Amino acid sequence: MSTPPGVVATARMIAARDLRIEWRARVVMNQVIPFAAVTMVLFAFAVDDTGALGRLAPGLVWLTVMFSLLLCAQRAFAIESADGALEALRVAGVDPVGIFLGKAAALAVQLLALAVVMVLAALILYDLDPPAGGVVLLVTSAICATCALAATGTIYAGLAAGVSGRETLLPLLVVPVVSPVLIGATRAVEAALGTGGTAVADGWPWVGLLAVVAVASAVVGALTFGSAIRD
Amino acid sequence: MSADRPTTPDRDHGSTDAAVVLEAAVVVMGAFPALAGVDLRVRRGTLVGLRGPNGAGKTTVLRLCAGLLRPDRGTARVLNVDVADDPAPLRWRVGYLGHSNGLYDDLTALENVTFWASTVGADRGDVDAAMAAMEISDRLRDVRVRHLSAGQRRRVALAGLVARRCELWLLDEPHTGLDVDARDQLDRLLRAGADAGATVMLSSHDLDRVDAMVDHGVDLVAGRVSREVRR
Repeated sequence: MSTPPGVVATARMIAARDLRIEWRARVVMNQVIPFAAVTMVLFAFAVDDTGALGRLAPGLVWLTVMFSLLLCAQRAFAIESADGALEALRVAGVDPVGIFLGKAAALAVQLLALAVVMVLAALILYDLDPPAGGVVLLVTSAICATCALAATGTIYAGLAAGVSGRETLLPLLVVPVVSPVLIGATRAVEAALGTGGTAVADGWPWVGLLAVVAVASAVVGALTFGSAIRD
Repeated sequence: MSADRPTTPDRDHGSTDAAVVLEAAVVVMGAFPALAGVDLRVRRGTLVGLRGPNGAGKTTVLRLCAGLLRPDRGTARVLNVDVADDPAPLRWRVGYLGHSNGLYDDLTALENVTFWASTVGADRGDVDAAMAAMEISDRLRDVRVRHLSAGQRRRVALAGLVARRCELWLLDEPHTGLDVDARDQLDRLLRAGADAGATVMLSSHDLDRVDAMVDHGVDLVAGRVSREVRR
């Protein structure tokens, strides 16, 4: 008789499936990234001051990623609820920790791709030139921030998946909780780009904060996700 | 369908030939008793039809057997697992298809069945055998399920159950949305599943069809078994 896969294998299976579905449907590619890019462009028109744009760019990048998180997290659970798959996963006894880690990993990959595009757009549109040491800080902070956002977004999107009015409930739940990530990522990117009057070294403590939030969110999600999706 | 059999509680719930044993099972939804004391014994390898008007408790019996609900009073043993105690060991042995199919629209029929098979560690051989058993042709295997008809989607979902080698199939209104040919085909597939050793429990409003196909008919009225008929 075959045996159910363990947590890591389940997570890998779920992540691969979610990314395959996203690759086919191209929702992030064709809808979320254009939405984020248009926001960046409109902001550039609205604040017609290159100096101000440079100072505001890190915050704008992460604010855009956070709004995109809401769209992507909703989408991640819409594919589960469209034909009752989430309930089927529960009945099938698929490990909820594996489901959580897999969905969070797939969401993190999508958000990281989005963050890369947004940072590149900011560099081009707002005429920014990061110092050499800033690139490592930029990449590290982006990875930590997207992992923290993805874990938190997965917890709350799973919680809201079975609730009517989930489209409006999710922002209400997620935005306050991810504010430390938004602040930490913004400060780290300011240091990486040298736009906040701070040195690159000043950004690393913020990366530490992001890493702690990412790990804490992952642990909380692993412990609570089974209960969150139960009803 | 042959002789009517009066409903009598069966105390032999330790018997290995019983797939489902419910004794005075009560399930309360809010203030409403969805099951008001159901006594039911289902032998392994039989095809069982639950019949009754809306609100009779058909779906609740199936969800109880799937471990999605626990009895508020009475006992429920499914595949020798006490559902009231801990339904977790039961779940990967049971396949439940509610009104939805648990399919992912942007995956192909083959990818969907492979995914569900992988949740229990089943291999490619199990998937191919299940696709063949459910008469899913080579032409349909690589079509995204969003492009399939309702009957074809149902067959793909059933192939997922077969590939997982579920011992107990629980199907809530499986004939809904299917034309006559697809219903006939579904009936043949369910009979083949039972003949292969699976226990199949289904609910339906189509009394004539259920009478013609099942080994064991169960009429439910107001959350109680009003009549049982066995072949």
